[in-house]
Amino acid sequence: MNGGRTAPRRPWIPPLVLFVVMIGVWYAVSYLLLSPDRRFLLPPPHAVVQVGFLDAANRAELLTGLRLSTEVALIGLAVATVVGVALAIVMAQATWIERSLHPYLVILQTIPILALVPLFGFWFGFGFFTRVLVCVLIALFPIVTNTLFGLLSVDQAHHDLFTLQGAGRLARLWKLQLPAALPSIFTGLRISAGLAVIGAVVGDFFFRQGEPGIGALIDLYRGRLQSEQLFAAVALASLLGLAVFLAFGALSRRVTDWHSTQDGGH
Amino acid sequence: MVLAQTIGAALSFSGVGKRYGDGTEALSGIDLTVAPGEFISVIGPSGCGKSTLLRLAAGLTTATQGLVERDARSVGYVFQDPTLLPWRSVQANVELFGELNGLPKAERRRRADEAIALVGLTEFTRRRPHTLSGGMRMRVSLARSLTLEPELLLLDEPFGSLDEITRERLNDELLRMFGARRFAALFVTHSVAEAVFLATRVIVLSPRPGRILAEFHVPFGYPRPGEARFSQEFARIASQVSACLRGPLT
Repeated sequence: MNGGRTAPRRPWIPPLVLFVVMIGVWYAVSYLLLSPDRRFLLPPPHAVVQVGFLDAANRAELLTGLRLSTEVALIGLAVATVVGVALAIVMAQATWIERSLHPYLVILQTIPILALVPLFGFWFGFGFFTRVLVCVLIALFPIVTNTLFGLLSVDQAHHDLFTLQGAGRLARLWKLQLPAALPSIFTGLRISAGLAVIGAVVGDFFFRQGEPGIGALIDLYRGRLQSEQLFAAVALASLLGLAVFLAFGALSRRVTDWHSTQDGGH
Repeated sequence: MVLAQTIGAALSFSGVGKRYGDGTEALSGIDLTVAPGEFISVIGPSGCGKSTLLRLAAGLTTATQGLVERDARSVGYVFQDPTLLPWRSVQANVELFGELNGLPKAERRRRADEAIALVGLTEFTRRRPHTLSGGMRMRVSLARSLTLEPELLLLDEPFGSLDEITRERLNDELLRMFGARRFAALFVTHSVAEAVFLATRVIVLSPRPGRILAEFHVPFGYPRPGEARFSQEFARIASQVSACLRGPLT
């Protein structure tokens, strides 16, 4: 018994019911609340599908934008992972290195990167490179902090084990600290994956130049009052975030299957 | 400082004391010699510096007084927890020390296979620690130490968290390994029965700072059958150790 809560036998039914209810509310607002001349504020679901996804030209435009944003997000995330893990490894070597780098990482986390987009564009142009750079800067912090936490929370007994065999820094890092930190690294990755998608989509919004990603399209459709396509683009952007999040969740469970089931065995 | 007589001893403590940075005195005036092939149990109340004794013996920490000398080419250390690497299989866990010491692959394989066979886990080499019972995990930990082919084995309450039945079985197995490999052993425990059953000598430590209160010789040879636990002689020594441990009533 967990506090009177019962687990449903078919776990996919409740969300499905909620989904149907939400679509129903959506239709109700479109047709009952909004007069026909104001219906563009919330076009009914089937109109969004028809105009946004079933029209070949519109669909091609959306998918091209989605592809660009996906590329930016994934490459940004990959670079952030490599740089973030490397930074954490360096920081784990000595307290003074950690102390000197940490304030700047916090600053990186607290300044609104998106506000710097015009500046970055000014310096590096509004192309692919700058879009990836924005993504990296947004996604970096959680990877560094989670990896560092993982590297530093290795059991003292495990460290003793390696000390007794005269293990050097490299062996300790490679055979003990990094594998032990994997669950933490994946926690960081999951957070950063979401941030990378936001960086790609929202960053794009601020670019206004260069090849349009999904964010630029959203801005374009808004300006042209093409609300069906606007909704379709928003849905795609959300799906991208969801897909990336789920993919990393699944990957994490595969790679660190020893983690959650481990019970005091160290 | 007392001059230590190291010749012929696997490990010797002479007048060893240990005071930690915060002023806690863990051990004081320890004189103890472990001969090759000798099995010594150390028993004492919680916090009497038993673990410190082992950490000193292993060189994980240094004495603030006296001299610790070792004359063993290789020293194994079995921790309270199995301290296995959860992402590695049983086989890979047992091969860890060979890897860290740069043994050639074939050699570390051979040593691991042999050690795993000795603890009876040959069928479980591909399993990972979280799928094993506590007793089996401890066997893996013992096997890992055996791959060092140790001349001195330090054991820090290795069976403390196991149930009584598993503990007795592992005691029997440890003696079997001892018979097969003939290392010198320094075994720290809370359990009087375990201390007496395993050892040739039982050392009783006082509450902190730990000093040697008494030393008991156990007149049973090896191999030592499990039934020895129920003999009168065994009961007599155990009750003496127990009385000494309780000390004068305060």
